[in-house]
Amino acid sequence: MTPLQQVITVAVVVAGTVLTRFLPYVLFPEGRAVPPFMTYLGKVLAPAVFGLLVVYCLRHVSVLRGTHGIPELISIGVVVALYAWKRGMILPMLGGTLCYMLLVQFIF
Amino acid sequence: MKEKHGYAAAFRAVFKYTLPVMAGYIFLGTTYGILMRTSGYPVWLPVVTALIIYTGSMEFLMVGILASAFNPAAAFATAVMVGARHLFYGISLLGTYQNMGAKKFYLIYTTSDETFSIVYTTPIPDGIDKGKAYLIISLLDQIYWVGGALIGTLFGGLITFDTTGLDFVMTAMFVVILLSQWVKDGTALKTMVQDHISELVGILGSMLCLIVFGPDHFIIPAMVVIFAALTLLRPVLDPAYPKGEKKAQRSAPVQEEKR
Repeated sequence: MTPLQQVITVAVVVAGTVLTRFLPYVLFPEGRAVPPFMTYLGKVLAPAVFGLLVVYCLRHVSVLRGTHGIPELISIGVVVALYAWKRGMILPMLGGTLCYMLLVQFIF
Repeated sequence: MKEKHGYAAAFRAVFKYTLPVMAGYIFLGTTYGILMRTSGYPVWLPVVTALIIYTGSMEFLMVGILASAFNPAAAFATAVMVGARHLFYGISLLGTYQNMGAKKFYLIYTTSDETFSIVYTTPIPDGIDKGKAYLIISLLDQIYWVGGALIGTLFGGLITFDTTGLDFVMTAMFVVILLSQWVKDGTALKTMVQDHISELVGILGSMLCLIVFGPDHFIIPAMVVIFAALTLLRPVLDPAYPKGEKKAQRSAPVQEEKR
């Protein structure tokens, strides 16, 4: 690609991304009543999306090949245990990440 | 009193909630900067794309797209597909981002996975201006990301310790966010399934689609499955669901007046 083509490519990618971010607000502008169905979706989508995001982060983990997802499973266990113990955000994240790094660098 | 509604008070109230994003973004942003530089792109490119695209997953794809043949239509389609999950964020924040005035454009523009999750789950204390608090969260997150890209593009070659596995920080963050949502929706063992239908739909639906469609093409099917499942489950999950809505609309004008 020439530099100009690269600039155009970046611009259309920005346009596509912006479209996905703004569309709901354009379709349901302030001042007009949001349909009850959308209000309902607004409440129940987020918890489902958090589940989707966790699965998304783990999408390249294979149960059948490589380390069989064991380091990921153990580290998520550490995150859950630390969260159940202290409820904060930082400690479970640091503990889980440290555990994962140690596992993939030294054991698996 | 005026001070309490200002940006300084909002910053003090929300800064700590952005720390997990700081850890994840600076690391991933740095990785992105290094990858762009080692792929032969100019110094400014990772920083500018980090700033204006501001979607990590799409930016990592840009490394390959910019190296291949010029095809703006395909690039646009990829951006829309990769960004499709933002539609869900917008729907979830329609109410939260109401009456934000001039801030609204920036808040919507910078709704990344992480910023959405923090904004959605962070309780803003009484007396703190919500708009300012959300603006600070969004701005800090973007600074972390762009700052990471800047560090990577400038100093990437200097990193000497083994960072293998550090990217797990993002997984850990979303696990914690899922856990806090889970706890918020109830902790009783007896009603575990009923209380967490949304979460279970998200986890199981996504896993199913991941198995069927593979890691590169499962997001859109997963969104469709989640949308369909939650739509079908509305009579169970929505306390405001008008029972026998259609019947009422057709035959009872009395019901109609309630709206």
